[in-house]
Amino acid sequence: MALVNTTKGEMDEALLEKKEGFVDNDDEYTTWVEYWLDGELVHRSVHVQLKKSVVLSGSTASFE
Amino acid sequence: MANTQAMCSSFLGELMTATHNFTTSTGNSFKAALYLASATVNASTTAYSSSNEVTGTNYVAGGVTVTNGTSPLSSNTSTTAGVGYWTPSASITYTNVTLTTAFDAVLIYNSSASNKAVSVHTFGSQTVTAGTFTLTMPSNTTSTALLRLATT
Repeated sequence: MALVNTTKGEMDEALLEKKEGFVDNDDEYTTWVEYWLDGELVHRSVHVQLKKSVVLSGSTASFE
Repeated sequence: MANTQAMCSSFLGELMTATHNFTTSTGNSFKAALYLASATVNASTTAYSSSNEVTGTNYVAGGVTVTNGTSPLSSNTSTTAGVGYWTPSASITYTNVTLTTAFDAVLIYNSSASNKAVSVHTFGSQTVTAGTFTLTMPSNTTSTALLRLATT
């Protein structure tokens, strides 16, 4: 029996409706999982994989 | 209003005053705070603020500590150019939180130096319900590290 942390405490996963999804683009790969009980969202977790750096482009002045 | 991914401009100047030390163990402590999609954090952000930060069950204002197990690295790409880079050594995780108002940005800031801002990273708008929000970092390489200082 797998237990899921929910707004109503830990519940047996088998009693819940599970929904999953993902977003994949240039910026991120994100997955999410939701558990619903009688039409009520009782759990939602999100995992974001960041893909992009922030970059400082430096330069030096020339005396030439 | 919107959040925009950026290296904070104030951070760029502070690099030249040795304000930030990313050395593992002996360096500064860095934290990661989440911001609402309605916030405006971007290159102009100079320090952590609780204004428009997410609030919710088990989320502590100021966010969580960033794991820094690898000091900054550098590499020459030519005789005149190179790159310095750094990435947190573990995912940033907010455990068993409920964040019902949409958020889409994380601010990395230096909690050892008056909470001065380092960088803003954005992602698709999210909510979390009695769950975990995890930000996994890109690979710590010259081309993909979270923070890169490059010359060409």
